[in-house]
Amino acid sequence: MLRTILAGVVGLVFGSGIALSGMANPAKVLNFFDVAGTWDASLLLVMGSALAVAAIGYRIVLKRAAPVFDKRFHLPTSRKIDLPLLAGSAVFGIGWGISGFCPGGAIPALGLGESSAWIFVGSMLAGIAAARTVRIALEARSTQTV
Amino acid sequence: MTEFTPVMSLLGGTLIGLSAVLLMAFHGRIAGMTGILSGLMPPVSTDWAWRAAFVAGAIVAPMLIMGISDQAIAYSSPVATPWIIIGGLIVGVGVYFSSGCTSGHGVCGMARVSPRSIAATAMFMATSMLTVFVVRHLVGGL
Repeated sequence: MLRTILAGVVGLVFGSGIALSGMANPAKVLNFFDVAGTWDASLLLVMGSALAVAAIGYRIVLKRAAPVFDKRFHLPTSRKIDLPLLAGSAVFGIGWGISGFCPGGAIPALGLGESSAWIFVGSMLAGIAAARTVRIALEARSTQTV
Repeated sequence: MTEFTPVMSLLGGTLIGLSAVLLMAFHGRIAGMTGILSGLMPPVSTDWAWRAAFVAGAIVAPMLIMGISDQAIAYSSPVATPWIIIGGLIVGVGVYFSSGCTSGHGVCGMARVSPRSIAATAMFMATSMLTVFVVRHLVGGL
């Protein structure tokens, strides 16, 4: 129970950071990408400060044997830079550049009660579900031919 | 035009970084929105409770800020609705295959100096800038 409540508090910290920083504002995000036009450098400071705090904090936290509420740290183990990673990232960037929303920015934007944020999140979840269905179908087919 | 907001952006970024450190310290998890959301979609992951709490906290945060302070949260979506839908679908497909987005790869993964996350972040930053350039300066807006 405490574990769940604390996750909510950490989500609150995350959402506050997104909201205050401007990451929940599609217009600001799009201007950050518009280096040749109405460039707004603010998000460089968001990324820079978030990265600095996380890098230092992780260094301290990951020295411990385990997290407070779990037996171990769940860290991604794959180190392979493969096609799904690169193509997926390229595709994600295109969608981000079209809409001005990324997943971490859009979820707190829901709390602003803006319909555009809800429309984006609905479409994004549909996109994730569709991608998962396609991947499962492809994997089923490839195991059949083998 | 949006105003350059160095103080709020540094403060916000610090809180984002802090949330990543706290989720690792308490739950041993990467604070990546894509990964957290994926576990909430069917087939729902058995550890859905902390994920749902994190997402709920993130949604409540701007309401709380506006409720307890006179801090306005600027928001403007300049893109027409059909393009928001198309953008959303594209983002969903992309982050599913890249296993992460700005929070997971861009902050948490980069902080761990993960080669995958560095490659992913360089890639999505490049294609988003390229997309905005094409949309705004070649096509003339959406």
